[in-house]
Amino acid sequence: MSVEGSVTVIEPSKGWVSLRLPALWRARELLYFLIWRDVKVRYKQTLLGATWAILQPLLTMVVFSIFFGKLARMPSDGVPYPLFAYVALVPWTFFANGLTLSSNSLVANQTLLRKVYFPRLVIPVSAVAAGLIDFGIAFVVLLGLAARYGVPPTPNLIWLPALVLLALVTALGVGLWFAALNVLYRDIQYIVPFLVQVWLYATPIVYPTSLVPERWRTLYAINPMVGVVEGFRWALLGTSTAPGPMILVSAMAALATLFGGLFFFRRMEKSFSDVV
Amino acid sequence: MTAHDSIAIRVQHVSKQFRLGARQNKYPTLRESLASGATRLVQRLTSKDSSDERRILRALEDVSFEVRTGETLGLIGANGAGKSTLLKVLAQVVEPTTGRAELHGRLGSLLEVGTGFHQELTGRENIYLNGAILGMRRNEIQQKFDEIVAFSEVERFIDTPVKFYSSGMYLRLAFAVAAHLEPEILLVDEVLAVGDAAFQQKCMGKMSDVARHGRTILFVSHNMIAMEAMCDRVIWLREGRIVEDGPARAVVAHYLRNVATTQAEREWSDPATAPGNEHVRMHAVRVRPEGGRPSDAISVETAFTIEFEYWRADANARLIPSVHVFNQQGVIVFNVGPVELSPWRERPEGPTLIRDVCHVPASLLNDGLHRVAFALVDGHDVVFSMDDAVTFDVQDALELRGAWYGKWEGAVRPRLAWHTETAVESGTWSTHR
Repeated sequence: MSVEGSVTVIEPSKGWVSLRLPALWRARELLYFLIWRDVKVRYKQTLLGATWAILQPLLTMVVFSIFFGKLARMPSDGVPYPLFAYVALVPWTFFANGLTLSSNSLVANQTLLRKVYFPRLVIPVSAVAAGLIDFGIAFVVLLGLAARYGVPPTPNLIWLPALVLLALVTALGVGLWFAALNVLYRDIQYIVPFLVQVWLYATPIVYPTSLVPERWRTLYAINPMVGVVEGFRWALLGTSTAPGPMILVSAMAALATLFGGLFFFRRMEKSFSDVV
Repeated sequence: MTAHDSIAIRVQHVSKQFRLGARQNKYPTLRESLASGATRLVQRLTSKDSSDERRILRALEDVSFEVRTGETLGLIGANGAGKSTLLKVLAQVVEPTTGRAELHGRLGSLLEVGTGFHQELTGRENIYLNGAILGMRRNEIQQKFDEIVAFSEVERFIDTPVKFYSSGMYLRLAFAVAAHLEPEILLVDEVLAVGDAAFQQKCMGKMSDVARHGRTILFVSHNMIAMEAMCDRVIWLREGRIVEDGPARAVVAHYLRNVATTQAEREWSDPATAPGNEHVRMHAVRVRPEGGRPSDAISVETAFTIEFEYWRADANARLIPSVHVFNQQGVIVFNVGPVELSPWRERPEGPTLIRDVCHVPASLLNDGLHRVAFALVDGHDVVFSMDDAVTFDVQDALELRGAWYGKWEGAVRPRLAWHTETAVESGTWSTHR
């Protein structure tokens, strides 16, 4: 056996523990299989299957277009309101689902936690990453919608992967905190949906960032989803708000959340199987 | 492979404590936690002795041992003795509170077969998923896929979601994946308690196979026969501490002599709360060896009594006892009632506290757990019944096993007379004793 001579030392961990990223890397195949499981299982007993990946942002867009676009006459940076809303809703849906699923992921997989060892980080990571498939489907619809409204994508499209990564990092960063806390306090289950709802309005989805006074925008961008949504509009619709500085602030905030979340998660990890 | 005296597992002074508070009220709410945090702070400030000490469960206390490469070590002990916690510490599922353990080589654990199986996924999909969870590489699973399917005997249903599997099929598939893990150190927790006899044989065979290939096995079971058959060495745990560590046969024998039988006595002192109805109230149920106490062990060679005490609350009730004894497979081993009824049973004014004693001879029941269901009937009417009156364990008598080390099959284990005759030519039989 190739692993002959490998020694595992089991000791109580003390204080702030290392992230053990090599162990996470070695578990990449497990990560792959868990993502695959989540994707496969998600729509297995639903009537409409993967259509939900399209319906969720699409129906929200219709509702927003009627109430905010038509009735409230919300400005939309010169873009047709349905497209303006949908381009934000695609990354938002990915983020919101990722956050919700990762927050519940440890509790949902508690039998695994109690029986087998593997880096626990794999669980919330797979919960967020599985949403990428849905995102992909919704994104194709987005391209179709943009073409239908005659809005060609800009060359800034190449930045999209980075923006998707930013959304993923944000969802995971916050999800890690909640996933670990959820093991101890099931209150989190009630907090998350509420938080997602509030967060939606703290993000420029129904309204444009141009409504926010210039000098507040940096502060506003501490909400990492501001950077993501602004970036998406800029890259796909060519809206003129130069979002560079905002995305930078958002990225820093997201990374801070992620690293905080990683360490917190690792610190709590040892008690998971005692408590779940 | 290195020489056989190399160490595979080294456990040094490992202790594990669980905070009972966290376990019992299962999900503390944030509010409770904040409140108790505040209480603790106040206690610390007022330097009052915290009551935390009492709420700590010591699952393992200062456990140290070493296992040589290629050795098969058994862990025995009553429920809650810390066997499973020890395995979980070694499997890194639970972190030790103090102490240290070393594992030399890749570890595989069968803490519970089928962990991570998903009901909606097919057998094929679950093999891959479960394999990955147990730590197999994808190409490793691919290589062994056919072997796993063949071992599990579910070929025909391999593309059916496992939610449609029978529990036997589910189990076979789960064990098949785990059995093909081929780790250098294998932790096994009571997998043999499940499945039918044929499949158990297969599992045992697989484990012997693993052992023969120089792998190290740590094995937890309540099946003492399997323990003796499989293990070179056995550690006996009680309340988180090692009681004895030595050759399998000796430790198992000491353990069996020491264990009290399962809850073989139940008593209700207050007729108002005792199980029963307006006709009858239970007072006690117990199982004990003839002339012994309820805590004494019963083996297949022990004659014992099953006793029922009850109050007759209704002087006109005609109460005839009926006893069902079930074995672990749920089979009714026998159903009996007294053949001759004492005449007082027919009289309205009899004694009010009654004790019925059923004498069970030696060499009748097979070993294993037995459940007693008790009923009081009047003709075809059931006046009162108790499905789960008492449970008792019949232990194997090791010295009377003969050459066979496996489980003796059957609901009963009678000791029957045998004799042998031989003949050189037909017609001239001679008897041997």
